[in-house]
Amino acid sequence: MALTIASREVDGVAVLDLSGRITLGEGSVQLREAFRNLIGSGSKNILLNMGDVNYIDSSGLGELVSAFTTAKNQSASLKLLKLTKKVHDLLQLTKLYTVFDIYDDEAKAIASFK
Amino acid sequence: MPVRLSFALASTMESVAEIEAIAEKLATDAGLDEDECFHVTMAVREAAINAVLHGNEYNPAKQVAVCFENTGKDLVFCVSDQGKGLGADFDPDSLPDPLAPENILRGAGRGIFIIRSFMDEVRFRQLHPGTELTLIKHLAPAGKRA
Repeated sequence: MALTIASREVDGVAVLDLSGRITLGEGSVQLREAFRNLIGSGSKNILLNMGDVNYIDSSGLGELVSAFTTAKNQSASLKLLKLTKKVHDLLQLTKLYTVFDIYDDEAKAIASFK
Repeated sequence: MPVRLSFALASTMESVAEIEAIAEKLATDAGLDEDECFHVTMAVREAAINAVLHGNEYNPAKQVAVCFENTGKDLVFCVSDQGKGLGADFDPDSLPDPLAPENILRGAGRGIFIIRSFMDEVRFRQLHPGTELTLIKHLAPAGKRA
């Protein structure tokens, strides 16, 4: 299953609803393009809803990290929402859990950008 | 009864997907639980990506050779490429630590770490040409498997 991405805005926060696999190739490229479009259009608050991401490989992790550093360099914020167990465990294993702001509740995530 | 499969595939992402699927089936058939299956499948996928992307560099003239075996005691996955190789002096412990503060924000470099975290044994062997990775998952005694 490839990655599908839906975008919406909530209280000034650009939310990307991700579904599927973030892996080397199609999934990573799709995420990169969607994120760059947001940054290019001036978005400063970006929330990745990972609730339906059932798989991420090392390339996908690298894509998340690259997005994080790009956001930081552009004075923007990137946060994560609703990690599945597999993704959560991988972020913990790779210590990336300490890098990102991660939320289980969308309302709280949106409020955190203020 | 031991199960053994061996085959060679083109250096493509489609081959990576096929290798991953076969590894998942082998892990499931061996009675590993959901987490263990995910770990094994992911490790094998990372090894396949390394072979296709870093070893063979997507070169259509080079193949990825795979040998999967359930010995009854272990699941053994060998993935080899026909690339330049890692060098006779290669030491996996000398790879940059992706957990180190100076590396944590790197966009790449986590594949081998993930493989070594998820498998019980990982061996690197220099081929002529190429590299062979052997990934081993010890199986619990038959009576204790899920």
